[in-house]
Amino acid sequence: MRVKVDADSCQGQQMCSIAAPEVFGSDELGHATVLITGDLPAELHTKARRAQANCPEDAIIIEE
Amino acid sequence: MSTLEENAGPVLDPTSDFNIFDPEFVRDPYPTMHDIRESKCPIAHSERWGGSWFPTRYEDVVAIAQEHETFTSRDIVVVPRAAAAEGAYAGVAAPPITSDPPDHHWHRRLILPVFAPQAVAKYEQSTRDLCNQLIDKFIDKGHADAATDYAQQIPVRVIATMLGVPVEMSDEFTSWVRGVLEIGLTDPKVRLENRINIISFFKQQLEDRKANPRENDLITDLLNSGDKYPVTDQYVMGVCNLMLVAGIDTTWSAIGSSLWHLAQHPEHCERLRSTPELWATAIEELLRAYSPVTMARIVDHDTEFQGCPMKAGDRILMSFPAANRDPRQFDNPDEVILDREHNRHVAFGSGIHRCAGSNLARLELRVALQVWLERIPKFSLVDPASVTWAGGQVHGPRICNVRF
Repeated sequence: MRVKVDADSCQGQQMCSIAAPEVFGSDELGHATVLITGDLPAELHTKARRAQANCPEDAIIIEE
Repeated sequence: MSTLEENAGPVLDPTSDFNIFDPEFVRDPYPTMHDIRESKCPIAHSERWGGSWFPTRYEDVVAIAQEHETFTSRDIVVVPRAAAAEGAYAGVAAPPITSDPPDHHWHRRLILPVFAPQAVAKYEQSTRDLCNQLIDKFIDKGHADAATDYAQQIPVRVIATMLGVPVEMSDEFTSWVRGVLEIGLTDPKVRLENRINIISFFKQQLEDRKANPRENDLITDLLNSGDKYPVTDQYVMGVCNLMLVAGIDTTWSAIGSSLWHLAQHPEHCERLRSTPELWATAIEELLRAYSPVTMARIVDHDTEFQGCPMKAGDRILMSFPAANRDPRQFDNPDEVILDREHNRHVAFGSGIHRCAGSNLARLELRVALQVWLERIPKFSLVDPASVTWAGGQVHGPRICNVRF
């Protein structure tokens, strides 16, 4: 599993970094960044999916 | 149609005649929101208060919030202001919340770095100290008004510190903000007086910074951003106005509602104390269940939305509190579930106007509740019937006596 943030959709809600702080962070404007750009370890898959589900802007992309 | 008397009268059908300042709706808006949401007309309309639409389903509120070209932010207050008052605003709005693209982009770009999670983290310790000092004043009495003695005192001081304006003026700032955002919404004279107070104050602050620029000072930094963006005095005053008005009443209402909830749920207090890792989801859940803010949008051109014929200039009330209780989006929406994991709430709005101060608000809410529970682990309402509420634009308790 890999994750990306659609920068055009992200509004800086930060719901992703709350749901999965190991996977998502914040840039200097408060918009989401991806902290793990390669394959996510299996133990973070559930949190990454939760981050995607909680984003009101549909800005989290998961590739499996 | 701008006073309580003119807009009074029984509401026979909320889908065609809702009254956002009806005392019962102000106290407990959720049953009416439920009735509208589950009716054949989930986007209600009312002629009261100058006329407005009231979408109640999550999907509709989010869709309107994201369609910023059709549903503009040229006025975001839930009731119109008197035409005669325009001159007193001196061209000062509240950017970026009142801005539309293309200016919205730089209006927002300039202030976002101040509110990023890593930027607001530096206010955690001072907020914690402030909360402890407030509790020191009443803990020996065994009772307090959780709204006025505590919740109301916190955000105003944090915002004053951020703006570099005198913290000693906190009571005045609070009174001005209530004047424009609470009492003034049903009393145009109060609204205008307090708007003038705010604008006059920041005009002086700008003059002061121009004469005596400061280091690490938000107002000085904004005034000096002219090399990057077409910054005007009106813009800087507008940002200050926004931070004061939007940064105080809203967060204090969220803190107050959360304490009101915890006072009635000792089991939640106990769980938060024994399971600190719950805080992350608990804060989002309290924000969802007790979302304080309703924003307005103004329709740009005649359009139809979900079968509703909306005309250019119509006002839409973006009820984030109603959206966040929609059972289509949230299981058991009226229940506070501290470890709710699937929580796509929109307490801070959605789209390009997502609340710029959301990370600061979260921090203040968490610290205020953590310090309270550390010092006052067990507390209860003195009399549930004596709790008073404000509503309309911002929903939260104004008197909330608790004993411990």
